[in-house]
Amino acid sequence: MPLRNDVKKVLVIGSGPIVIGQAAEFDYAGTQVCRTLKQEGLEVVLVNSNPATIMTDKTMADRVYIEPLNIPVLEKIIEKEKPDSILSTMGGQMGLTLSMQLAKEGFLDKHGVKLLGANPETIDKAEDRQLFKDMLGGINEPVIESDVFYDIESAVDYANNKIGYPVVVRPAFTLGGTGGGIASNEEELRIIGGDGLRLSPITQVLIERCVSGWKEIEFEVMRDSNNNTITICSMENMDPVGVHTGDSIVVAPAVTLADKEYQMLRSSAIKIVQELGVEGGCNVQFALDPESFEYVVIEVNPRVSRSSALASKATGYPIAKIASKIAIGYTLDEIKNSITGTTYACFEPAIDYIVVKFPKWPFDKFVYARRTLGTQMKATGEVMAIGSFFEQALMKAVRSIELGLDTLNLPKIKSCTALEIEEKLHNCDDERIFVIYEAFKRGVPLDNIHNITKIDKWFLSKIQNLVAMEKELMIGRLTRDKYKDAKDLGFLDKTIKELSGQEPPEKLPAAFKMVDTCAAEFKAETPYFYATFDEENEAELFIKEHDEGKKKILVFGSGPIRIGQGIEFDYCSVHCINAIRDAGYEAIIINNNPETVSTDFDISDRLYFEPLIPEDVDGIIETEKPDGVIVQFGGQTAIKLIKYLTEKGMKILGTSADDIDAAEDRERFDNILEQCGIPRAKGRMAYHTNEAVREAEELGYPVLLRPSYVLGGQNMIIAYSADDVIEYMDIITSRGELENPVLIDKYLMGTEIEVDAVCDGEDFLIPGIMEHIERAGVHSGDSISVYPPQSLSQDVIDKIIDYTGKLAKALHVVGMINIQYVYYEGVLYVIEVNPRSSRTVPYISKVTNVPIVKLATQIMLGHSLKELGYESGLVPSADYVAVKVPVFSFSKLTDADTLLGPEMKSTGEVLGIDVDFESALYKGLLGAGYGVSKVDEGVLMTVKDADKADCVELARKFIEVGYKIYATGGTHDYLAEHGVESIKLNKFNEPEPNTNAIFDTGKIDFVVSTSKVGRDPAVQSVQMRRKAIERSIITLTSVDTANALVNCLLSGKNLDNVNMVDITKI
Amino acid sequence: MEHTYRNRRPAYLILADGTIYNGWNLGVEGTAIGEVVFTTSMTGYQETLTDPGYYGQIVTQTFPLIGNYGVNDKDDESREAWLSGYIIREWCFQPSNFRSQGDLGEYLTNNNIVGIYDIDTRALTRKIRDEGVMNGAITTDFPDDFHGFLDRIKAYKVADAIQTVTSKEITSYKVDDPVCKVVLMDYGYRQNILRSMTNRGCDVYVVPANTTLEQIKSINPDGVLLSSGPGDPADNPSLISNLRRVLDETKLPVMGISLGHQFMALAYGGTVSKLKYGHRGANQPVRDLEKNRVFVTTQNNGFVVNSDSIAPSVGSISHVNINDDSCEGIIYTRPDTFSVQFHPNGSMGTNDTQYIFDNFIESMVNYSKSK
Repeated sequence: MPLRNDVKKVLVIGSGPIVIGQAAEFDYAGTQVCRTLKQEGLEVVLVNSNPATIMTDKTMADRVYIEPLNIPVLEKIIEKEKPDSILSTMGGQMGLTLSMQLAKEGFLDKHGVKLLGANPETIDKAEDRQLFKDMLGGINEPVIESDVFYDIESAVDYANNKIGYPVVVRPAFTLGGTGGGIASNEEELRIIGGDGLRLSPITQVLIERCVSGWKEIEFEVMRDSNNNTITICSMENMDPVGVHTGDSIVVAPAVTLADKEYQMLRSSAIKIVQELGVEGGCNVQFALDPESFEYVVIEVNPRVSRSSALASKATGYPIAKIASKIAIGYTLDEIKNSITGTTYACFEPAIDYIVVKFPKWPFDKFVYARRTLGTQMKATGEVMAIGSFFEQALMKAVRSIELGLDTLNLPKIKSCTALEIEEKLHNCDDERIFVIYEAFKRGVPLDNIHNITKIDKWFLSKIQNLVAMEKELMIGRLTRDKYKDAKDLGFLDKTIKELSGQEPPEKLPAAFKMVDTCAAEFKAETPYFYATFDEENEAELFIKEHDEGKKKILVFGSGPIRIGQGIEFDYCSVHCINAIRDAGYEAIIINNNPETVSTDFDISDRLYFEPLIPEDVDGIIETEKPDGVIVQFGGQTAIKLIKYLTEKGMKILGTSADDIDAAEDRERFDNILEQCGIPRAKGRMAYHTNEAVREAEELGYPVLLRPSYVLGGQNMIIAYSADDVIEYMDIITSRGELENPVLIDKYLMGTEIEVDAVCDGEDFLIPGIMEHIERAGVHSGDSISVYPPQSLSQDVIDKIIDYTGKLAKALHVVGMINIQYVYYEGVLYVIEVNPRSSRTVPYISKVTNVPIVKLATQIMLGHSLKELGYESGLVPSADYVAVKVPVFSFSKLTDADTLLGPEMKSTGEVLGIDVDFESALYKGLLGAGYGVSKVDEGVLMTVKDADKADCVELARKFIEVGYKIYATGGTHDYLAEHGVESIKLNKFNEPEPNTNAIFDTGKIDFVVSTSKVGRDPAVQSVQMRRKAIERSIITLTSVDTANALVNCLLSGKNLDNVNMVDITKI
Repeated sequence: MEHTYRNRRPAYLILADGTIYNGWNLGVEGTAIGEVVFTTSMTGYQETLTDPGYYGQIVTQTFPLIGNYGVNDKDDESREAWLSGYIIREWCFQPSNFRSQGDLGEYLTNNNIVGIYDIDTRALTRKIRDEGVMNGAITTDFPDDFHGFLDRIKAYKVADAIQTVTSKEITSYKVDDPVCKVVLMDYGYRQNILRSMTNRGCDVYVVPANTTLEQIKSINPDGVLLSSGPGDPADNPSLISNLRRVLDETKLPVMGISLGHQFMALAYGGTVSKLKYGHRGANQPVRDLEKNRVFVTTQNNGFVVNSDSIAPSVGSISHVNINDDSCEGIIYTRPDTFSVQFHPNGSMGTNDTQYIFDNFIESMVNYSKSK
């Protein structure tokens, strides 16, 4: 059937802020969807609270709302925009759940809005555990023995008397399996089951027979309204059932299944999707007994998902695009395969390489968080690698996750004894693959490793191959054959030279192969390549064939999504590519993140899916011979390549390598500040613990500690004593000798201000100034940020403009610069300068209408601001106020402290935008999940001495709103002294009433908790905050955030007195 | 013996145009000449190796990791591996699967197949795609007389294919309470064709390709199933004329698969053409014109029936390949007579078109009732 004629105006719901379990993949999907719908001539209305996304760009849809994602907001927008349809399956779990609610309450029917993609019955059958079981039972598909429960006692009874332990607990309708887990006994079941019931929006958990240790296999399936059904890709998790698929190392296609098993599962997947009646993409997960043909269906996701993004990138088949075409009426056999241009979308991709996905975990940020992997996803992002061999792809993946590894050798476990290594094999955590590697090196037999880990012997033998090659390289002559084998297995020349002490007989150049969906069966024109070591270099042939004499610019992507380097950088990379192409150049991108828009093959002239490290990049440069490279948009990942690029003699467009170094090198930067007459906090450097303590004492506590060359405040803390400094230095030096020093700064607790500016070497343009709600000390990425500033005097603003101009000039900035200031006791200081794009660029671009990345790119290509029509200085403020509010994923990370500090902890952000500050703040807080409308019970306050004075006013305001105040000893006494009434509680581990039991009473809505020391889960305040998070109670760890929240409550803002702002009208 | 780069034997793939690929030997040593083709299926290498349809051919797997799950004695599609030679990217000599009884290398050795691994199979596939299937040879002894060797390669032609692979005698496979009885013409049949019939409660008589009409009649079947098989269909005039007699002189339901499908078209005066590089793999999309649905099919075809060669009085096209619009199935005006180019039996490959067998069983059951 062709395009439906009853669909003209479609509402697309995005997935909201990036959280663990719901990341950039939905920006990728949403962007593909919007482009597709617009190409079909449909009017698109988009709603998403996440301002860092490409899909919320003004050009992506006809109407764009960056508004909180909840039912009342969507109802208001539907009433205003009157779409005839809503596409439910593209915005992850968030979009799906919201669409379903709208449909169920009859709102869609009432307003004549059709639900496209999947209907409520389909969604219920896939997501409600009981209906899911019934559906599978009806078509004789096996399901794990299980039952749903609404209270913990019946769940325990079922486990004790029916299925036995271990059991898996799965709460209904939660993201990324939040609150789930494996319980080995009744005690554990009571804890995990209780959590699950509370976290499930419908208070329902599933208790099921545990099949951990079975193979975990997934199929991505597409079905159209005519019942044509195909599988796009199979995937096999290296980690057997028990580890969340988002935390598993995954390969595509499945490799350990014979055709009989493969076809059995494929047929089952197709049958299930046909029974569900999904129109579009659907993911089906199986557990397969490694010793028989027995299998069970684990889960079905009737929407695009993380796995479908991976399957799209792994095969070249654009799942989201095809799914949206199906949703608006097309059938698979009517849609052309855009890769070959001649065949149709109704076929199953054949691939002729192997893909490895590797998760990126946040444990480098949360050193105390529990690293154990289970049914609760913990990774913030992932990388994908493509190779001719599993070993090769695995090695590339390990290089891509930016742990500083070239091989599977993890330095920190080198010193473990053989016994310790064997013990560690039992820990299913983020380091297990490295432990396995080390175990092989220590001679642990493969069978033992298999028995402990249950990882299929196929994968283990491949890891063993790598170990064998490492040993082989260390002995004897490096022959051509040995060298070629090592390259096939993914060893770098650098590593081969280090291990063998020899130069390769003749250097093997990388050969690039095309990803074409069809294993070369048809001629394809996709400019999508990966490297291997083979005879024919298809990229070279492709370049020759398509040469239009244009100059070529190479852009570096930002790699995996992690805390501190998120989707914002992909936004920048994509806009940079667009600007390059618009300017008449060819844009070439290197990136390794399958969740991103930048790795969509039709974004750039050529896409190389490769690790972003010198040797891998070198192969691409040798083939492409680009005329210039751009490093300013790929976050720190790209900045780290500068040294190599300079040595290679590449032309780095924009700010020179030397000037970038001047901004990052402590001494050089201090000199520049001095020349410009710009004050900065006193600072020192240290390489060793003793030195650090001495410098800190000379500066006077508190001090700020951080490594140089970092992003997102990685490993940054405020130290209040020598103990803090020692603890910090021990952690930071545990991976070995420091290459760069630790920076120690006097800590200034003032108003923090941030600017992004575009400079051409002479003139500079500041699109907007952002003021943070939280005073310095809370990382800028974790602060609520307000544009335009609400409290700064014109004098301060003038000074910011002046300093920004001076710094831009002194650093010879061509392109982007990001500067953080602190205004403290009447003086404006510079905290930090980043000679590159930053995470605030997307939202400032959208609010101010200044195409920041485009301008910066044009400048790097040789234009001046004047030529582009801009005057030097600050752009006049927009008519709107925008408040960016960070979003955290603490509930997913056991034992991670929620205390905010100089180290960034948020995973995503939302934006509130309106004509006045109060409305914008209200919407920002609402979108970020702060309960800003209901008044229930109480606020618990327990703050450190330095914050006590601020707490008096804060408590008064909460009382004014109607809350009771609960407080611990010191805070209680202080409040009492100042005439504020509160109910006294004992500390967490003290007798009741204490700050532990109170959370079980339902009497607490907010917690305001600040403490001098955090992080260590043994500390009582950390335990208290964890308990609050586990009870889903909003925890504010900065008095300033609490103040903003209470002001918002006092302002009386609600959805009836704020505006729904279509940002395309700004 | 543990296999490393130290104890590998060199092997060479030499194409008729003189191109040489250097690799390593697996299976037996020696020289194998054949027509070089590729298959894009990512699973089912053992089924591919034992598909008699590959007789006379050197098969390239486009998926690079081969041998992962080993081999077993259940997944053979015929009594031996018929192909001339085998080309893969990586040989996995540490297989893992609960049914695995050995590794691919041993299996090739036991089947006397010369194989080569570690060559740029994608470059080879692109070459075949662009230039068409061509003859080639795998050898572990690089020829001294290279030009003479090339002449031998060029001169190679698949010959006596069906005669070699077909059964030598009639074998019957009986089920309990059969619903019907079928004669399976063995032009190089695959086990799963047989299983697809017995699973549906049908007694099967597998008969040699040259079984005459009279011999077929003596079995008193309810239908005749023409199997897939190797070679150029037009090389078999006597088999085709025998088939024509079955069609003309009986009212038996007849179904053809792959080569059987091509035979039927030829028997009815149609023509076939050689495909440039064939349809081989598990992902060929085929539209069933009656159902107006597209199904993903398994194929191993070097030839295709020319759609316009089927006169309307004889039959009409029932299935079309959506990639190249080629003929994938014909329904004949003779009652209960149809054929498909793809393999509804799957194995390796999808089971999406098993309904074809249901249709055939229905025809045979009706025939059985009416006789």
